Amino acid sequence: MSEMASVTSPARVDTCAWIGGYPFRDVPHPDPDVLVRVLEREGFTGAWVGHLPGAFHRDPVPANRSLYTALAPHRAVLAPAPIVRPDWPKWEQTLRNAVDEGAPAIRAYPTLWGLGAEHLAMAELALACGEAGVALHLTVRFEDVRQRHPLDTAGDLTAAHVRRLARLPGLRANIVVAGAGREFIEETHWGLTPEEQQRVFYDWHWVWGPPEDHFAHLVRTVGAERFAWASWWPLRLTQQAQALVDLLPRGPLEDHARSFAHGGTIAPPR
Amino acid sequence: MTESSTTMNMPPLGGAEPLIDPHAHFHTPLTNRGDWARYNASRLDVGERIGIRCHVASILGSWGATSPTYFASPDDQTRANDFMLDLADQHADRVRAYVAVNPNFTAHALAEIERGMARGAVGIKLAAARRTTDFALLDEIGAAAAHFGVPVLQHIWQHRRREWPNQEASDGVELARLAVRHPTVTFLLAHIGGGGDWAHTNPAVVDVPNIVMDFSGSGIDRGMIDEALRWVGAQRLLWACDLTLCTGLTKLRALAYAGASPNDIADMRWRNAVRIFPRGTFDASLERPLEAA
Repeated sequence: MSEMASVTSPARVDTCAWIGGYPFRDVPHPDPDVLVRVLEREGFTGAWVGHLPGAFHRDPVPANRSLYTALAPHRAVLAPAPIVRPDWPKWEQTLRNAVDEGAPAIRAYPTLWGLGAEHLAMAELALACGEAGVALHLTVRFEDVRQRHPLDTAGDLTAAHVRRLARLPGLRANIVVAGAGREFIEETHWGLTPEEQQRVFYDWHWVWGPPEDHFAHLVRTVGAERFAWASWWPLRLTQQAQALVDLLPRGPLEDHARSFAHGGTIAPPR
Repeated sequence: MTESSTTMNMPPLGGAEPLIDPHAHFHTPLTNRGDWARYNASRLDVGERIGIRCHVASILGSWGATSPTYFASPDDQTRANDFMLDLADQHADRVRAYVAVNPNFTAHALAEIERGMARGAVGIKLAAARRTTDFALLDEIGAAAAHFGVPVLQHIWQHRRREWPNQEASDGVELARLAVRHPTVTFLLAHIGGGGDWAHTNPAVVDVPNIVMDFSGSGIDRGMIDEALRWVGAQRLLWACDLTLCTGLTKLRALAYAGASPNDIADMRWRNAVRIFPRGTFDASLERPLEAA
């Protein structure tokens, strides 16, 4: 809204958006042309876009096909972030297809597939992402635990999943974690070596601002450069990321806001 | 002022039009968090930055330090109300008080309401210490609200399908049963973004016009505001924050994209609050300038 003050930010690429419906409730018009308009309104120059219903499918390949087709008219702004399921036959081919389609990141949902933190398939996927030059995007949750549908029983991604992947020797991929709260972020970040910490980015959509001020605390302690812009469209109100930045304490932390990561810095265009 | 002191010449983050938060909380030195003063200062300071002219607030006992948050002992609740009423006195033009009560202690609750109203409280806050369908206890609170002409802010779990720990929550259906018994009292159904399935609440209360709803809570699902507007209309909706000012600002900025007209937005920002609280509650708040805004 034009009459509301806001901290201006440089060009940034959204690391967490989807198209398509959500199985447990209606989400308004989750279509790519609408996303393009919302991104422009909210100050994003582009987005990594996943296929929301595909997250809940067993075989991700048809969802990825739908994603590529739906995004084709909008590729200048919307980059596909397809699903790669590493316990599914021919997943390596799915990853190669993602690279061929210009995906800056691929999305994985280990808890929806019943893959625990120690599952070797996720480690293989993370290492393969590094070789392929794409980021590995993980989603902690889609909805608040207090409102979940009785059929939605997979549970949240755990910090142990992320620590396990970030600690892989020789890992070259960046890991982007969407939907983590303060405890998850701190449990992950302070459970990694300084070198391992540099491999992990978090969006801040689910971190609390004032009066608890968890976001300000994390920017001070974990560092602004570990946080990545995200819209969470179409599930959540896209204004949340900017609101949390605008509510950072005035002074030095405002300067830190210029150091936030985004899709363009985590996975630069090839 | 805290580190986040306001800067001169910056317009409010939430826009220049008046803004009232009818669902706020503060802490006391008797809670179990050492940063209670920082927390209170942060709410007031950030409230100025957002443009909140008045926080209508309560304190839920000791917030768990010496009795459970939603089952506050009478002594804890009396101390909390004392602190809240003092805070409202200290910030007379930007903080107004609810009297919070535990309805299990009826005589104490009624005495607290009478004492609080005498000191300028403008509403009653009912925590989740008893189901709203327990009319034997809740009817007396409703009658007191009618007597004093104040609204009742009721903690609600949207579509409560099971018991949740540390509270005896009610949902929209259950609040509606109480509200129809007290048609002259306005019931403010708390935080449709505060947990549970908000989609269930709209049809549960649509036919009970003395229930209005606030938008507070950490939930910021797309569709939540839109559906509430479709079901009950802007005149029964109040913007609010509860524990998270960040999601409050987000929802404020989203109102225009959820199908609300400028007139609707003004209703939700402040005019509905002026309408449901006692006459004159916000006169000083609406006239004051924001601090360094």
